[in-house]
Amino acid sequence: MADEPRTNDMPSVRGEANNLKLVSRATYFKEATLKNLFLLCAFMAVAGVALIFVFVGYRGWPIFSEVGAGNFLFGMEWLPTKGLFGILPLFVGSIVVTLGALLLGTPVAVGAAVFLSEIAPPKIRSVVRPAVELLAGVPSVVYGFFGLLILRPIVADLTGGLGFGPLTAWIILAIMIIPTIATLTEDALQSIPDGVREASYAMGATTWQTISRVLLPAAKIGIVDAIILGMGRAIGETMAVLMVVGNAPGFFRGMGEPLSTLTSQIVMDMPYASGMHRTALFGMAIILFLVSMGLVLTVRLLSRLREETS
Amino acid sequence: MSHTLAEHQPGFVPTADACVKIAVRGLDFFYGDFQALTDITCDIRDNSVTAFIGPSGCGKSTFLRCFNRMNDLIIGTKVEGLITLDGQDIYAPGVDPVDLRRRIGMIFQQPNPFPMSIYDNVAYGPRLHGMKKKADLDEVVETSLKRANLWKEVKDILGRGGLTLSGGQQQRLCIARVLAVQPDVLLMDEPCSAIDPTSVQKIEDLMAELKSTVTIIIVTHNMQQAARVSDETAFFLQEVMGEPAMLVEFGRTADIFTSPKDKRTEDYITGRFG
Ligand SMILES: Nc1ncnc2c1ncn2[C@@H]1O[C@H](COP(=O)(O)OP(=O)(O)O)[C@@H](O)[C@H]1O
Ligand SMILES: [Mg+2]
Repeated sequence: MADEPRTNDMPSVRGEANNLKLVSRATYFKEATLKNLFLLCAFMAVAGVALIFVFVGYRGWPIFSEVGAGNFLFGMEWLPTKGLFGILPLFVGSIVVTLGALLLGTPVAVGAAVFLSEIAPPKIRSVVRPAVELLAGVPSVVYGFFGLLILRPIVADLTGGLGFGPLTAWIILAIMIIPTIATLTEDALQSIPDGVREASYAMGATTWQTISRVLLPAAKIGIVDAIILGMGRAIGETMAVLMVVGNAPGFFRGMGEPLSTLTSQIVMDMPYASGMHRTALFGMAIILFLVSMGLVLTVRLLSRLREETS
Repeated sequence: MSHTLAEHQPGFVPTADACVKIAVRGLDFFYGDFQALTDITCDIRDNSVTAFIGPSGCGKSTFLRCFNRMNDLIIGTKVEGLITLDGQDIYAPGVDPVDLRRRIGMIFQQPNPFPMSIYDNVAYGPRLHGMKKKADLDEVVETSLKRANLWKEVKDILGRGGLTLSGGQQQRLCIARVLAVQPDVLLMDEPCSAIDPTSVQKIEDLMAELKSTVTIIIVTHNMQQAARVSDETAFFLQEVMGEPAMLVEFGRTADIFTSPKDKRTEDYITGRFG
């Protein structure tokens, strides 16, 4: 064995003359146990994800084999009672809700990150930064409530109707993804060496020129990273969206018109769905799984790119 | 260099002596409560190289950064006394430090190119000042890189990232970046202490070429370098820890190195401390 314990009772030719303390058997076993424990934890994390994927894949597969991938993915109508399982409107709904939230949330988040990293005096920073991080920890049902009770009436006044629809969801989701994007963007800005800032100021650049011409371009990949992770958060968000989006599984018709998304529809239908309907919900879960996997892979690729360019 | 008492009076602005680029009178500098420099008075001559020497921590960088008001960026710093550039008080109310920094370039100890292409690094300053035409920018980039002794090495890789260059090349890139805005004064804070000997040689060469048009102030730890490149030398010393540093002696480099007037200068130059 490669890591045979070297213990005090090992035969030693120069036993007496050797002052170096050898690793005791107890220490050795403690180390080995800890190592294996951590290995087990890592294994469990991976196995958990794999297990879910296999389970969801197994339950969802018939939708592809029996209803057909085309009818499922590109079907224009979601009418399970009539045997129509087209998720395109729901998929489009998810995309609409996510992109709108990104468009609203990203500028605010990047602005907040720039403010925190480059402009705010240390005192303000030490208050605002934890506050932003706190936003990330608020349960999504709380955001949902806020959306339902406070935002929805305002949106209803703006757009007519009841206020259930993408606009309300955009605003809520935008607020929810701001902490993700802001903290990651701030990390990207903070990783730029101070010498770069000094150089820019010494060239006669103003703060704004330094930010827009040097720092933001330098943090570009990190910011794209942050946006993609924010996107993952938005596309997977269920509860808050479900509470405000209206849950009408048709195509997007307008900012104030009820809509549905993949995640919210799964939750809506799960309690009563059976047979192929239920299978379709698992099929939708497969799609969500693949989308988030794609996003994570993109982030991975980007950070490799970042390492190479710096 | 000796100054009459009258010159120490507050509010005194030295007459626009053609030879004096920067005049300093009775300068005190504070980091919050800590006074780093006390009562510094000296003249920096036009189109010459002035070396600042002295042990670590004696305020050379601090003093240098007063000239382009980089210390303004550190919260809680305070300058008292007078610094003039071409007879104009640079700390007078209304003087825009941003504009001042366009006339006074600075090179730092650690090469600090921007994470962008070599070309964009050099074009940074001209673009800030509103230069847009590709042909104009191309020309500035080429002449600046030539003046910085870097053109030959990079002329075929201008689109490559500035950070892919070696440390010494990066430092010369930083010099090219500064030269692109044609500063009157070049401040160099130990520009050679983090780079390879070949680049050091090239930087010393370019300093000799530049000084016909640019006033250079260089902080250096290397006595030989000070002796080689500078016309005048200033020796700074912080005699007691926690007390402000002062300017012990300032004069022609040849005099400082062969017949220093002050015992402390002699001790430092002959390597007895520091
Ligand atoms: N940002 C700062 N805040 C507080 N003290 C500083 C700062 N920078 C330098 N000092 C202090 O000012 C003194 C002079 O420093 P510096 O100008 O860097 O010396 P040198 O360049 O000669 O080595 C030192 O005692 C140093 O600790
Ligand atoms: Mg220094």
